[in-house]
Amino acid sequence: MGEKQVVKGNFATAVAAKLARVDVVPAYPITPSTLFPEQISQYVANGEMDAELLLTESEHSAMSAAIGASAAGARVATATASQGLKLMSEMLFIASAMRLPIVAAIGNRALSAPINIWADHSDTMAERDSGWIQFYAETNQNALDLMLMAFRVAEDHRVLLPAMVGLDAFVLTHTMEGVDVPFQEEVDDFLPSYKPKFTLDVNNPMTFGSFGTPAHYPEFKYQQWDAMWKATEVIDEVFADFEKRFGRKYEKVSEYMTDDADIIFLTMGATSGTARAAVRRLREKGIKVGTAKITVFRPFPFEHIKRLASKAKVLAVLDRAVSQGYGGPVFADVSGALANEKERPLLLNFIIGLGGRDITFADFDYIAEESQKALEAGDAGWPVHWVNLKTEILGGGE
Amino acid sequence: MASDELFVSGHRGCAGCGMAVAVRMVLQEAGPNTVVANATGCLEVMTTAYPETAWKIPWIHAAFENAAAVASGVDVAFKKLGKRKGVNILAFAGDGGTFDIGFQALSGMLERGHNITYVVFDNEAYMNTGIQRCSSTPAYASTTTSPAGKVIPGKQGRKKPIANIVAAHDIAYTATATIAFPRDLRNKVKKALAADGPSFIHIFSPCPTGWRYPSEMTVELSRMAVETGIFVPWELEGGDMSNIKVTCKPKEKRKPVEEYFKLQGRFRHLLKHPDIIAQIQKDVDEKCARFEIE
Repeated sequence: MGEKQVVKGNFATAVAAKLARVDVVPAYPITPSTLFPEQISQYVANGEMDAELLLTESEHSAMSAAIGASAAGARVATATASQGLKLMSEMLFIASAMRLPIVAAIGNRALSAPINIWADHSDTMAERDSGWIQFYAETNQNALDLMLMAFRVAEDHRVLLPAMVGLDAFVLTHTMEGVDVPFQEEVDDFLPSYKPKFTLDVNNPMTFGSFGTPAHYPEFKYQQWDAMWKATEVIDEVFADFEKRFGRKYEKVSEYMTDDADIIFLTMGATSGTARAAVRRLREKGIKVGTAKITVFRPFPFEHIKRLASKAKVLAVLDRAVSQGYGGPVFADVSGALANEKERPLLLNFIIGLGGRDITFADFDYIAEESQKALEAGDAGWPVHWVNLKTEILGGGE
Repeated sequence: MASDELFVSGHRGCAGCGMAVAVRMVLQEAGPNTVVANATGCLEVMTTAYPETAWKIPWIHAAFENAAAVASGVDVAFKKLGKRKGVNILAFAGDGGTFDIGFQALSGMLERGHNITYVVFDNEAYMNTGIQRCSSTPAYASTTTSPAGKVIPGKQGRKKPIANIVAAHDIAYTATATIAFPRDLRNKVKKALAADGPSFIHIFSPCPTGWRYPSEMTVELSRMAVETGIFVPWELEGGDMSNIKVTCKPKEKRKPVEEYFKLQGRFRHLLKHPDIIAQIQKDVDEKCARFEIE
C-alpha cells in the first residue's frame, strides 16, 4: 500500500494536506514550517491540488482566515511554529470554542528570547489549554499519518474541534526519512469530504461567534469539554480504522520494554526513538529501564498514564519545555493524573533539549543514574532536574 | 419597519446610535445574499447576546482585530466551494477595529484584492470599553484616556485619515459617508458592492453616549459635521487621489467649527480655549480648500 518516498517532515505534512483534499490553506511563513506553504503553493501552481491558498500578512490573520473559511464549510489546514503559534494564540482559543475542525502542523520550535529556531515543545505546550487536540509525531511517517487522522477526528460530529500535529523542528521538519505515502484513493476512502454541521449559508442564515453572558458561557465551555472527552473515544476508533487500512498501529501512549522495568522514561516527539535506543544500551548494562512515548497529549491519556505508572518504580518524565516557576508541563499533567492513585512510582522530571540542544545517550545515562539514586533512597527529593546544563557558562550570579 | 429588514429591532443599541441606523441602511442595499464578518465592538455586543440575534443574514464574529481576515477566509472558502457567485461579503468594524488594532489585517485584505466591502462605523473612540481615545479620535476631544485636564486639553494628535490611507492601496472603490445624507450613503454602498475588487466605506457614526449630546440629535450632528467641513463625504475609484469626488457639500457657507463643538460634551472644554478652536478652524479650512469646499 502506498508509495515509499524519502521526504522531509514538512513535506509529509504538506502531502497529507494534499491527500486530504484540503479546500483552503491560509498560511504565513515561519522557520521551520515554511516548507508547508511552499509545497502547497507548488502543488496549486502546478494544478496538482485544487485548493485556495490564502497568504496572509501575519499568523494572526492566517488563523483568523482559517476560522472564516472553516465556518464557511471548507476543510482547512495551515502550518506554523513558535512565535507564529504565539501570534495565533488568541485565535486558537476562538477556533476551538467555535467548534471549527481546522488542522495545523506545528514544527515544534523554541520561543524567544533569546531567539532560537531549533526544536523544543515550548510553543505547543503553551497552547495546551487552547482547546485543540494535540498529537505529537516521532517520525515523518507519524507526521503524515497523524495529519490524515487529525482531520477524521476533528471533523467527527461528536468532536468538532481543531487539531494540531507537532513535529520537532529540524529533527523532523528538515530531515529526510523514508515515508510510505498512501495512494489518493486509499485516503479518499479513509477520509470522506468534510460535512460541516453548521455553515455560513445565505439560504439558512445563522449567527456565529455570538456574545455569551454568564447565563450561557459555562454551558458553552462544558460542551467543549465534553467534545474533548468524546475525542478520546473517536481517536481510538480512528487509530483502529487507520491500522486496518494502512497497517500502521497508533496508540495514545506507546510502551517499550516496560513490563519488567523499574525505571520508565516518558517522552514525546522525536526524542522517543533515542529513548528506545538508550533503553537497549542501559539494559545491556543490567539496568531495568523501559520507555513510553505520548502521541496524544490533549485530550490527556489518563488511563494510559495510570497503567504505565503502575508498572514503574520510578517514572522519569522528560520535558522539552519548562513552565518557569513549576517544572515541565508533561510532568505537571502526569503528576496530576496520578494524584489519586493509591500506589504510584516516584516521579522525576528532566528538562532536556531546550532550544534544540542535542539529546544524547549520555543524557539518558544521567537520567537513569538520578532515577536509580531516587529508587535507592526511596525518595524523589526535589524532582526537577535540568539535563546537560553547562554550569560553567552560567556566571557567578553577581 | 419593513418586514424584509435584515438588521432587526430589539437589539441593545443605545437610543440615538448612529451606527445602528447606518448598518440598517447598508444591509437594505446589500440584500439577503450577504455574509457579514463583524469585529468585536459595540455592534457585536449589542446585537448577538446569545441566544438572541438581530441579524437575518449569515453573520460571523471572531475577534477584535481581524474582521478583514475572517472575511477573507469566507471569500476564498465560498470560491472553492462554488458558493461565491451572487453573494456579497461584507466586513463590519468600528474605528478601533479598523484605524488601530485591525489596521494590519485590513491592509492585508486590500493588498490581496478580495472582493469584499469593508465598512467602518466611526464613532471616534473606543466606545464599547467606555470612551477611550483611538487614532480615530479628533484632536482635543475629551475621552476617558485623553481627558480635558488642567494642563492637557484633551486628545493630542490629529485623526488618522483612514479613507485616504485605504485608497492609497489603489483599490476599486473608497468612500466616506454619513447617515445625514442617506441617498448618498446608499449610492455608495451600491457602488462598493458592484466594484470589482476591494471596496471601503467610512461611515461617520455619532455616539450620544460617548460624545455627550442628546440622543435625538444624531442626524443633526451628522449634518453639522458636513456643514462645518469637519467630515467630507467623498468617493474615489482607484488610487489616484486627484480623482476624489466630493459628493455632499455644505448647502450654504460653511458653518464655524465652534457650532459643532458647542453641541457635544467631549468638546465643551474648548469653548474656554479660543486659540485651540482657531487652530482647528484653520486645519479644517485648509482641508476644505484641498476639497474645493468654500
